[in-house]
Amino acid sequence: MGLNEKPLSTLHEKASYDLADFAVPTGREEAWRFTPLSRLKGLHNGKAEVTGQALTQVTTPAGVTAEWVGRGDPRIGQAYVPADRVSAQAYSAFEKALVVTVPKEATPDEPIRVEVRGGGLDGATYGHVVVKVGPLAEAVVIIEHQGSAVYADNVEFVVGDGATLKVVSLQDWEDDAVHVSHHHAQLAKDATFRSFVATLGGDLVRLAPSVSYTAPGGDADLSGLYFVDAGQHLEHRLLVDHSQPNCKSNVDYRGALQGERAHAVWIGDVIIRVEAEGTDTYELNRNLILTDGARADSVPNLEILTGEVAGAGHASASGRLDDEHIFYLQARGIPYDQARRLVIKGFLGQLIEKIQVDEIRERVLGAVEAELAR
Amino acid sequence: MSTLEIRDLKVAVEDKEILRGVNLTVKSGQTHAIMGPNGSGKSTLAYAIAGHPKYTITGGEVLLDGVDLLELSVDERARAGLFLAMQYPVEVPGVSVSNFLRSAVTAIQGEAPKLRQFAKDLKSGMDSLAIDAAFAQRNLNEGFSGGEKKRHEILQLELLKPKIAVLDETDSGLDVDALRVVSEGINRFRATGETGVLLITHYTRILRYVKPDFVHVFAGGRIVEEGGAELADKLESEGYEQYTKASA
Repeated sequence: MGLNEKPLSTLHEKASYDLADFAVPTGREEAWRFTPLSRLKGLHNGKAEVTGQALTQVTTPAGVTAEWVGRGDPRIGQAYVPADRVSAQAYSAFEKALVVTVPKEATPDEPIRVEVRGGGLDGATYGHVVVKVGPLAEAVVIIEHQGSAVYADNVEFVVGDGATLKVVSLQDWEDDAVHVSHHHAQLAKDATFRSFVATLGGDLVRLAPSVSYTAPGGDADLSGLYFVDAGQHLEHRLLVDHSQPNCKSNVDYRGALQGERAHAVWIGDVIIRVEAEGTDTYELNRNLILTDGARADSVPNLEILTGEVAGAGHASASGRLDDEHIFYLQARGIPYDQARRLVIKGFLGQLIEKIQVDEIRERVLGAVEAELAR
Repeated sequence: MSTLEIRDLKVAVEDKEILRGVNLTVKSGQTHAIMGPNGSGKSTLAYAIAGHPKYTITGGEVLLDGVDLLELSVDERARAGLFLAMQYPVEVPGVSVSNFLRSAVTAIQGEAPKLRQFAKDLKSGMDSLAIDAAFAQRNLNEGFSGGEKKRHEILQLELLKPKIAVLDETDSGLDVDALRVVSEGINRFRATGETGVLLITHYTRILRYVKPDFVHVFAGGRIVEEGGAELADKLESEGYEQYTKASA
């Protein structure tokens, strides 16, 4: 049961492999109204030349295979159907797809690393990645984005029965990069999915993580952190589609914004379909606005079509640093700047603690500290 | 030997005058109790001295050993030797108690404490206030009970060793056992004789454990009566009514 087989929610009406099924967005559509289309460098209207220089490299631990395959490979598009114009553009334009396979019951002791390095802004690059995790296997995937690029891609995570996949996706681009990406996870029976997204760099990043379930017992946790500086547009659009009974999902995205025209967008959508009884879900977004001129748009949606849920909630809060927090720390002698850093680090740190890969946790913490020192 | 001098202090909140000329001098080795009915301006005095942004100073001076505290930022006042134990300590998510305390001690002492010494001081401080060792790893005040928050305030008092401590209704919300533990902490702190205490309270109960040298009655934004410890006994039996009527 893929996303294309049922009428979708009011926010996600369409899914198709065919670019022609999607009109060029004008910016008035619900799905595009927050995104500055003029900064997409043609990713949305077919005008981007496919001459980009972004290079993807993969490193796999023993027992895990990685292959570059043509678009005819049956494993491509198995879990995910493009749900918007840029996603369909990427789907129709990538040259080779990367397919990573973790065999049944395998437990590689090192992470799988996918590194995307941009080589410049001349022309766009399109990518497609499939990560298949066999039944009862356990794996960690680290996806890193660096350099300058105009890049659009789709990533499919196919998590087998009883398997566990943990993904860290780091958007550590140069300040001029443009990146539009879909990360879709399809969870089989009793599968566990942990996603941590950290978006720090880029002129415009629009990342849409989504989850679907093919059987009961799936458990998805989606965490995200972003630090938006002057002029940056960092957008995250979450979709969790509960179509199976007794599955869980938890979404926790937090961001800090500072500087003129720093813009964060967070759209959360959880659908609980009629058949998804016993669903337990929560979604949360919090934004800390550190200066004037920064703006956060946060829209949590919850579409419940059954009365039999175990739990369903959402929350969104955007605000400034709490004067009382700063006062308390200053009243103990801690200077203002340090008090501010402590409070912001505390706000984001609770999320960072959830990153289960030590090396990445330290890097994200270091990156946040560097942002705070600006 | 330190002296906190409050001279004709006038304070407003959103254009409403709350303190109408407060005069008070606290010296090392002395404990002053400020008592008064709710809304008399006791807490305003505490927060105005500490520099809370909500309060506007409209007149007067606050000097600590001759230095005008009102010219200093909140953290500079703390580093000058002032401490405010808060009535409602805020919860700060994601900042651990141990990180907070180490940052505070470093700021006050001007250099990072030796790790081993700090750990030792922290442990003995927590032990004597019956604070569980696991507290150090918890987020600051998050999920603390009322009593735990107050004991944690006194732990900070003992670790930071200020010249002058202002304790804002530290006794409120405490049961008798917690009150005894907290009072013992305050008494340890003042036992050196090198520190002054300004203890703000609504009730006389804590004064049975922490004996004041002076008692000041606050009403209508100023001190309306002063005396020794015996004044607290009078308030215990007669209440604040006579003062609230007089100031109204």
